[in-house]
Amino acid sequence: MSSNVLSQSGSKPLKGSPLMSNRHVGICILVLGIALALATPLLPAGLQRLPEALVLPFADVINYLFLFIKDDLGFIHVTRGIAGGVESLLDVTANLLYGKRRWPNIGPIPWTTIAVTAGCIGYALGGWRLALLGAGTFVWAALLGQWKWTMETLSVIVVAVPLAVLIGLCLGAAAWRSARVEKILNPMLNIAQSLPHFAYMIPVVVFIGVGPKAGAIVTIIFAVPPMVRMTLLGLRKVPPEVVESGQMCGSTPWQLLRYARIPTARTEILVGVNQVIMQSLAMVVLASFIGMPGLGQKLLQLLQSLKIGRSIEIGITIVLLAIMLDRFSKAWAHRQPEHHERHTAWWYQHRLLLIWIALVAGTFLLSMVLPVAAEIGRRQAFTLSKEFDVIVESLLTFVDPVTLAIRSFLIKDVLIPLRDAYLWLPFSAVIALVAGVAWRIGGRRSAVVCILYVAFIALSGWWDRAMITVYMVSVAVFVSALIGLPLGVWASRSDKRAQRLLVVCDTLQTFPSFIYLIPVIMLFGVNDVAAISAVIVFGTVPMTRYTIEGLRGVAPELLEASDMSGATRWQKLRTVSFPMAVPTIMVGLNQTVMFSLFMVIIAAFIGTQDLGQEMQRALSSTDVGKGLVLGLCVAFMGLLVDHLITRWGSERQRLLGVVS
Amino acid sequence: MTIKKAPFACRIISGAVATVLLGTGSQLFAADSEDPIIIPVHNWNSQIVMSNVVGQIFEEMGNNVEYVSTDSQAVYEAVRNGDVTLEMEVWEGAFGASFNAAMEKGGIVDVGDHSAVTREDWWYPEHVAELCPGLPDWEALNACAAMFATPETGDAGRYLGGPVDWLKHDQERVDSLGMNFKIVNAGSASALWAELAAAKKRNEPIVLFNWTPNFIEAVYPGAFIEFPEHEAGCDKDPALGPNPDETYDCANPPNGYLKKAAWDGMEEKWPGAFEVLGQISFTNPQIAQMAKLVDVDEFEPEEAASEWMAANEDVWKPWIQ
Repeated sequence: MSSNVLSQSGSKPLKGSPLMSNRHVGICILVLGIALALATPLLPAGLQRLPEALVLPFADVINYLFLFIKDDLGFIHVTRGIAGGVESLLDVTANLLYGKRRWPNIGPIPWTTIAVTAGCIGYALGGWRLALLGAGTFVWAALLGQWKWTMETLSVIVVAVPLAVLIGLCLGAAAWRSARVEKILNPMLNIAQSLPHFAYMIPVVVFIGVGPKAGAIVTIIFAVPPMVRMTLLGLRKVPPEVVESGQMCGSTPWQLLRYARIPTARTEILVGVNQVIMQSLAMVVLASFIGMPGLGQKLLQLLQSLKIGRSIEIGITIVLLAIMLDRFSKAWAHRQPEHHERHTAWWYQHRLLLIWIALVAGTFLLSMVLPVAAEIGRRQAFTLSKEFDVIVESLLTFVDPVTLAIRSFLIKDVLIPLRDAYLWLPFSAVIALVAGVAWRIGGRRSAVVCILYVAFIALSGWWDRAMITVYMVSVAVFVSALIGLPLGVWASRSDKRAQRLLVVCDTLQTFPSFIYLIPVIMLFGVNDVAAISAVIVFGTVPMTRYTIEGLRGVAPELLEASDMSGATRWQKLRTVSFPMAVPTIMVGLNQTVMFSLFMVIIAAFIGTQDLGQEMQRALSSTDVGKGLVLGLCVAFMGLLVDHLITRWGSERQRLLGVVS
Repeated sequence: MTIKKAPFACRIISGAVATVLLGTGSQLFAADSEDPIIIPVHNWNSQIVMSNVVGQIFEEMGNNVEYVSTDSQAVYEAVRNGDVTLEMEVWEGAFGASFNAAMEKGGIVDVGDHSAVTREDWWYPEHVAELCPGLPDWEALNACAAMFATPETGDAGRYLGGPVDWLKHDQERVDSLGMNFKIVNAGSASALWAELAAAKKRNEPIVLFNWTPNFIEAVYPGAFIEFPEHEAGCDKDPALGPNPDETYDCANPPNGYLKKAAWDGMEEKWPGAFEVLGQISFTNPQIAQMAKLVDVDEFEPEEAASEWMAANEDVWKPWIQ
């Protein structure tokens, strides 16, 4: 960060003037954009929409390339080989966890054993609270008769997560060692992290096929990028003293990495592991489109027959799993290795392990006597689905008159005019507007980057659909900010509130979004209001979270200083806390844009006319090229916003003097 | 499936024993491969239960079977590549295009039709009949068009179509018959049912895409709109149908096929199972029954399949003789 900013200011010896000129150029281009937009009726058709002849056949090129790689280069044998390897791992976990008939043919492990194991791990990592969370999650899944599906899901996760961590570590280390690798890797990571899930599910179907292996591989692809980034960050932060002392001991480079660098970067690497786990759980439902078994698949089946209560049960299981694994991995990240005094008894050092072994043996024996301890059938299980149905039903009945009343107004007087306005904008004006803003914020380089992003969308031939996506996302982001900001401000005033709201955020973020698509449709019908509402539910989460974190992260000295100068609470918020928190809040805004872009594609399952609808079409016809082009359009929108916000944020941080 | 689960520890031992004995016992008469037959399941219940029934029939014959969930359109690519072995429900209307495209590329074979016929068309739930008398006639529907209007369709009525990738020609039909309707495409079947449930609750008029056999008939009774009678070729020849200048001016086929498809390597690898697959044929009431076991009686699909097989031995036993 700091070196980056330094080199930038270094290249501008006269700090004031180039900034001024950036501002002026930016404003000039902006004015041009506005003029173009206002003059739309007068513009030649070629400036309103890119002429058909100039649309480049990206999709055909990609399809051709993929066919070439797949068949002519025989790459399909490589990918199928890798998939075979993954599959044999999956077979083992599938046998252990839910008794699929595969080597080693000893599963399924009784549910009680898994529950006590989770409890022990939880206790070792964070005491009774985590023990309860761990055991409780599995008891819930077992009691509700979801055991088999939960294990099917886990059998994929326990293979995908370690593989993703390993791949991430290797790539991260490679990028750390060689600047060239980093240079190649960085844009790929950027795109991978902003590409909608469906876009890379299509090539996976082509290269890997369908089934648990495809589910595992798509999960791995989705989960690797944050691991790479965190590894790189961690290794970079290792202080030279640690490395030097390692060198003094005569370590080889490998020993230095294994015993000095990686342990020192432990916290960052474990944060990466945490990210991998969360990303994997986010894929549970989506990956079932290409054959991931378990909770996600069951969820989609239940929703298809409109069983909302039972799908909420499954949603809760997914949330519990996610929160459990999140808390476990965070506890692991913060835990420092335990060292015993010399002469501590062997059994004392390993007391937890011994207790665990005893519990495992106990539950095994129990399950032999008592079949219910081994497996609870669906018929024996209890269910809360009726209760959930009643709750949803009465909630809908309660809200229905309100939504019915505003629906027509929203559609006729707000959304349709807005949408028409976006579609009315000539593409030349959009390019000029974007370039103007970019130049104003980040100078010529930013302008060029952003123009390239927009130009790709124009050249791809999906302009109108892309504009509909932009319209939906911008409305959603606007409303999300309107809700998330005040909510975050309100919550950040006390520790307790903040913590509670953050748990709500965690829940909303991991609760499968498909479930709330249904009630939203029941309220609003198949239209943009429903789609945008669904996006808002999801988009508000990061806005709230980062507002809380930004405001709570303000240095206490600053707050004390403003207290001493007699500032009122409002003054303190407006003049001290908020300006200091703005960089973090902007990261939240950035995340909100990303979340909304992901979600707007999923909202295609409600029924939209944007890129998401085409993406759905591409998925069902396994059209790799089209899927990737659409995906890149979405990714570039995200990257454009990301670029602008990041540039603006680092400038702002520099001005505030908070860059360390 | 029906074998009582042995305790875990016993299974460790028996697993080890089985590993030693493997390859000597199980394959006495069937010439079918030991590899599992992979059966795809989608996200609607009749298909899942039917696939489980067929899987359990294959298991009865001594084959190994595995199920994998896939997208119902993407599955044809998977069948072609042999990633899944067969597909039990190829609907003429919904998947005919994907199936034909896969046939052209090769790798997939047609294993014959079920006795069941399918119908996919405009449909309305019972309560709408009272709101718009004259239904199911399409002209009566058109006369009521304003009643079906929503904010986004203005004065025209709204027809809630299926997802765009189901490739219906509703717009063409609306144009050729001069109907005052606009098409809004739902993004998934769940979206259709959610709208249907809400409309029923509010007693609002709705006309939407539906098909039979389908579980929804049991929950929400209703009827198809009667368009000008279907004539083969009315989608290509403008002369057919009431409008002499336009195509698609007639109903969807009232008895579309429901087909079985298989990977072209299946016959060689599992000849026995392939032979039986050719014999298998379900009827509309049987399919409705399977769906009902899950959607109304709350069985899990696997259980529903076992239930159905226990109750209908006379139906499926002859197929494997």
